[in-house]
Amino acid sequence: MSTRFLGFSIPTVIAAGIGLVVLIGIPLVTDTFTTFEFAAVGIFAIALMGLNLLTGYSGQISLGNGAFMAIGGYTTALMTHHLGISYWLTIPIAALVAGLFGFLFGFPALRLSGIYLALATFALALAVPPIIDIDKLEFFFLGHSGVSLHPAHPPGLLASSFSDDQWLYYVIWAIAGIMFVIAWNIVRSSTGRAFMAVRDSETAATASGISLSYYKTLAFGISAAFSGVAGSLLAIHVAYVNPDVFSLQLSLALLVGVVIGGLGFEFGPVLGALFVVWLPYLSERMSSIHIGSFQLPSKPDVFFGILLVIIIFFAPSGTMGVIMRGISWYRVRRAAARGEAVSIAPPTVMEEEAVGGEPTEITN
Amino acid sequence: LVELASSPILDFIQQVISGIAAGGVYASLALALVLIYRAMDVANFAQGEMAMFSTFVAYSLITGFHLPFAVVFPLTILIAFAGGVLIERVMIRPFEGKPIITLVIVTLALFTLTNGLAGLIWGYILKDFPSPFPAQPITFAGLYIGQQDLGLLATCLVILSIVYVFFRFTKVGLAMRAAALYPESSKLVGIRVSWMLALGWGLASAIGATAGMMIAPITFLDPYFMDPILLFAFAAAVLGGIESPLGAVLGGLLVGVLLAVVGTYLPAGQNLRIPFALVVIVAVLLIRPAGLIGRAAVKRV
Repeated sequence: MSTRFLGFSIPTVIAAGIGLVVLIGIPLVTDTFTTFEFAAVGIFAIALMGLNLLTGYSGQISLGNGAFMAIGGYTTALMTHHLGISYWLTIPIAALVAGLFGFLFGFPALRLSGIYLALATFALALAVPPIIDIDKLEFFFLGHSGVSLHPAHPPGLLASSFSDDQWLYYVIWAIAGIMFVIAWNIVRSSTGRAFMAVRDSETAATASGISLSYYKTLAFGISAAFSGVAGSLLAIHVAYVNPDVFSLQLSLALLVGVVIGGLGFEFGPVLGALFVVWLPYLSERMSSIHIGSFQLPSKPDVFFGILLVIIIFFAPSGTMGVIMRGISWYRVRRAAARGEAVSIAPPTVMEEEAVGGEPTEITN
Repeated sequence: LVELASSPILDFIQQVISGIAAGGVYASLALALVLIYRAMDVANFAQGEMAMFSTFVAYSLITGFHLPFAVVFPLTILIAFAGGVLIERVMIRPFEGKPIITLVIVTLALFTLTNGLAGLIWGYILKDFPSPFPAQPITFAGLYIGQQDLGLLATCLVILSIVYVFFRFTKVGLAMRAAALYPESSKLVGIRVSWMLALGWGLASAIGATAGMMIAPITFLDPYFMDPILLFAFAAAVLGGIESPLGAVLGGLLVGVLLAVVGTYLPAGQNLRIPFALVVIVAVLLIRPAGLIGRAAVKRV
């Protein structure tokens, strides 16, 4: 065994250290726009962590997590608008409200699996914006014109050392860090193991005494709570919400992100969020490239679609899957060179299914 | 017209009629969904976007090439059919036999791709899609019935009948049904199951194209115009029992009428149409998952 630090191997610790330095450094060395976009990466990472817990770990597909983001975003926007409560206090409330909605939606979702669940959540994603938009509820939701929030400022003492953007960036990533630790711990708790058991085989899970209904609704609730935090932060970050922000396209972008990042990997959401936030920007930039009279498309949707098909076909376990495979390939090579045996992590959901993995047989 | 508004019963009948007409469109798209569902156990989330794209093709043929609607209509259906077959060969075939979650993600990728491509080619500004039917309504027993509604319903019924005849009385139709129900046995008797699937996609795409061209004069045309229609078609398919073609048609008509009534008589009804479709889907799946006509799925453990 190589030397370990707090239970992590040395290369992991070094990688985490570099990641942390980059994260802290970004707002110090880049312009306002880049800082703003990287703060958005943090927000999407939180939303994707929630979707990853639901789809990647408990095996339930959701096309409707944008709706839970809407609930979180509107909780924050309306509480600050109507009641004048401070933003930061509304974040845990947004998590609770969205989580409650998710838990309640999880009940009908219980009886739905696979394709039906996809259908119901698809309907949910489409149904929330028109409800917010109802004329007669304008006194409460403020209708289509949306809710404007006051831009967030750093508190008194820190005001001189941080600009508004830098402050928001650090707060968002601090919260993303907390949510990451929560997700990490959920995955490693008995709850997380129950999620994975449900995902891998409902029959085997039931036989082991796991309550399907409890864990499936719980996964929905937790996932929605994460989305609620992300929605709340999005409202604070952009200082504005309206029904169009939480369109079907947002829900689809979340699913694209979580698949591209890698379903069932803790770090998948961070990579997925990088894609979801920066791909539209890159595709805008690429549209300024002319090849003769041919101009590259500026809309990200085309790239998203193509990228998604390529990933699903060639690397069903996403970017993280590719990275992990690269690492184990390296470890096998190194161990072989030294003549040692090496244990390799088992394949993840998508990989296993992609090669036609059989569900676990139970024999007495 | 003034007289109409004063008679709530006539007004209601009129709403029901226009609901049935719109229901014809939902029924068509629902049938397209059911065709693919029966063949590969997956809901095609891109069905609406494929119909949207076909409708844009028809729009270009009309405005760009100045072709008459009578030419554009069959031509678009042919193009949509070819497009459907092509999509199945290129994008779906590599994923045959993969888990449902993978197939769902592939159809969502197709959704994003088609939507982005349409936005790229035709832009995001709402466009007027010319109606093949006269705008002048017919008066009948004190009712004003739009010729648009009548023409739309008639077209959808003709298409649905053709599909029925095709599946019931032709050899290819029989082969397609066999391939969907018993893929292994079909292979043994020499049916090219994989190509039957491609034909199914072509057919579904062609039916969707009809639905798109029929509803576009009412809803206007932009890359998102089929999203709610797709949801209503999903509600129709689930209501009818997602495996039943007849159920899809009945479900479509019923959803059409229910949505017209909800949209007209509930406060803020227009905003509640989409949430209502969500309620229909969840309620049917909770109370009677088999739908109106479908058989309950037996889950083997």
